[in-house]
Amino acid sequence: MATLPSLNILVCGIGGQGVMTAAEILAQTAIDHGFDVKKTEIAGMAQRGGVVTSHVRIGVRVLSPVIAPGAADLLIGFEIAEALRWSDQVRPGGRIVVNTQRLVPPVVSGGLFNYPDDPLAQLVATGLEVCPIDAASLAAGLGEVRLINTVMLGAVADFLPFPVAAMEEKIVERFQARKPALAALNRQAFAAGKAAAGAGG
Amino acid sequence: MNMVVKASARTRHLLSGDEAVARAVWEAGTRVSAGYPGTPATEILESLAQYPDIHAQWSVNEKVAFEVALGASMAGARSFCAMKHVGVNVAADPLMTVTLTGVIGGLVLAVADDVGQSSSQNEQDSRYWGRFAHLPVLEPADSAEAYAMTKAAFALSEQFSTPVIVRLTTRVCHVKALVEVGEREEREVPGFIIDASRWVMVPGNAKRRVPLQLEREKALAAYSETCDLTVEEDGSDRRVGFVVSGPAYLHLREAFPDAPLIKLGLSYPLPLARIRALAGRVERLAVVEETEPLIEQELRAAGLTVHGKDVLPRIGELTADIIGPALRRLIGEPEPAGAPLPGRKADVFPRPPTLCAACPHLGIFHVLFAMRRRVVIMGDIGCYTLGAGHPWHALDSCISMGASVGMALGVDKARGKSDKNKAVLAVIGDSTFLHMGMQGLLNIVYNRGNVTTLILDNRTTGMTGGQNHPGTGHEIHGDEAPQVDFAQLCAALGVKKERIKVVDSYDLSLLFKTVRDEIKIPEPSVIITNRPCTLIGEFVRRVAHEVVEDACTGCGNCMDLGCPAITVRKRDTQELDGESFDRIFTTINAAVCTGCTMCVSACAHDAIRAIPAGTPAAGSCC
Repeated sequence: MATLPSLNILVCGIGGQGVMTAAEILAQTAIDHGFDVKKTEIAGMAQRGGVVTSHVRIGVRVLSPVIAPGAADLLIGFEIAEALRWSDQVRPGGRIVVNTQRLVPPVVSGGLFNYPDDPLAQLVATGLEVCPIDAASLAAGLGEVRLINTVMLGAVADFLPFPVAAMEEKIVERFQARKPALAALNRQAFAAGKAAAGAGG
Repeated sequence: MNMVVKASARTRHLLSGDEAVARAVWEAGTRVSAGYPGTPATEILESLAQYPDIHAQWSVNEKVAFEVALGASMAGARSFCAMKHVGVNVAADPLMTVTLTGVIGGLVLAVADDVGQSSSQNEQDSRYWGRFAHLPVLEPADSAEAYAMTKAAFALSEQFSTPVIVRLTTRVCHVKALVEVGEREEREVPGFIIDASRWVMVPGNAKRRVPLQLEREKALAAYSETCDLTVEEDGSDRRVGFVVSGPAYLHLREAFPDAPLIKLGLSYPLPLARIRALAGRVERLAVVEETEPLIEQELRAAGLTVHGKDVLPRIGELTADIIGPALRRLIGEPEPAGAPLPGRKADVFPRPPTLCAACPHLGIFHVLFAMRRRVVIMGDIGCYTLGAGHPWHALDSCISMGASVGMALGVDKARGKSDKNKAVLAVIGDSTFLHMGMQGLLNIVYNRGNVTTLILDNRTTGMTGGQNHPGTGHEIHGDEAPQVDFAQLCAALGVKKERIKVVDSYDLSLLFKTVRDEIKIPEPSVIITNRPCTLIGEFVRRVAHEVVEDACTGCGNCMDLGCPAITVRKRDTQELDGESFDRIFTTINAAVCTGCTMCVSACAHDAIRAIPAGTPAAGSCC
């Protein structure tokens, strides 16, 4: 086996967005390619609109399931304020791929707190490599907002230590047998995310 | 069905600690398994329920679950139960005596400690039960170990005739790692053998078993010295040697890759001779354990000089970034260059969990908020605990399962200066009421309390992800089961029939009127709300609603409902007769709204209506 690089991926978002599913697909694809993987999730009350994060650590042998503070190589943000919240977990030189969608919680809507005016500018100001993706629009364009996580996986596909096609197949195999139409739709979502990331967001 | 259930022997799978424990329980030939949902242990029983040839059940509470497992063990079957850390408090009564009787079929208790308190009311350390009940405690670090140690636990249980505790933590339960699985071993169940001296724990019989319990503990201590679940790892960096258990081992190895250590798989009783041998090979000894200094204190009592909680925190997880700096300070080593610098933390609003759109609890908290100054609201454990938060602030306590009812009677009987003229309410969910609330209600009736108990029956154990219970009409596999009738149950506990009201959770005015009427009557009363949780199959989605912008006056009443589908469209200030009023104009996210109509009742201006048929679907993004 060739030398396998290690990678710390932090996936963040809000309960219900598909953060856990995306992390699971990343982990499963890595295993298929001979990596050791640990995947941790502290969802809190995930179904209740709270913050969800998942650490996916990929390597030859992974010990701790927790990415040390400031040691994430890649942050996949499913919501832009969430990406900002976790941006300090990314190592210098690391990368942030972020869905630019804004999801305003009741505490902000109710006037207790403010949503950042320009979270993308704040992310860019960190000096990290930032790749903004309008995943919500891309998914909506395909007629199914639940495709956001597949769009996001497509967007990070070029930054992973396994072939792009491998992850696409991993996503599609979840649907192929039971819902072939969804499989095709997921292929499109994956391609749309990949193209958007390639185009610089 | 989860893939692992059908996985053949010697294949590797990415399993959570909970799934790994379940697989091991099944492979061990276990016949009976029981539990009560509780984060982070819930998925163990959920997973077990998918396996063939094993009885799995949700019991009404952890004590009953443990007793079910115990009975199966007495009959000679391998048996298992799982619960979160606070569940053991409930199960402690049988646990503290079965330690005298011992077991027949292997009996394993998996306890999930919520180290870091992601979803619990406290952070108690279950390893104490090992010391308290003289039982062996195993501490896996990850899924693969959780699998191996759970299997070993059954053999250990039978070898020493003792229940065995497998102590998990959130970081084991909810971390997925690769596990190689095996196959199920089929075992004969001999059946229950009558033996009063063994099973009838009257003082005469029990006294004779106390010395046996202590002999067993001694034998386990001797076994600990050779047990291969505990491993020594040598290393060249002898400045500190470590005694470590659980997932902290993995973090420690990242912080100190070359330090000699002993990793305790069987962490109670301690292998003192092995630890002494390690102490002799290193400059100093440090104990890394989550959360209480149990091992540390026992090593001190044994005369060893050790570091532990003098340098490490007693709260929360011991991750590499905590262990590294703490121990480097101890040995006077500077932090390595290139360590991540703090200070980039972005200031982002909190995003606390909230009740769902159309959650039936929204209405009751809206109503309680409206009468906030007149009521004391003793709360309980479930999704509805969120009623304590914004914007309702209509829940005044959360202590333990079922405590709302007991505490409410205490508040009623105490009647201090501030609450002399207030009504006392208890708010409790369906599953929690059946778990431990029934006794409290009986106690209110018996002691002539003046408490109104609100049973929020949403037909599921919501907060843990929607598990069945005796009030749902279904059992753990989803098959039909006898369904308890809450009104009849309360009547049987002695609440007068005319003081038991079943109310539609969505009918705000009826809800308000019912609560107002019942709290005026100075005797026990019960109000049962009846709409299902929006996340279960029984829930029926209806036509989404919209705010008619021209009719909206900006009063903001609908916002007080706390429904996450309702958000602010615009704010302004209106001047009227020299006074200024803040106005909040709202909008409803049609993709999230399920048409429960609670906001229609809350709106004083008829500005909310069902979206007329034929209206193009709104975008679902906020």
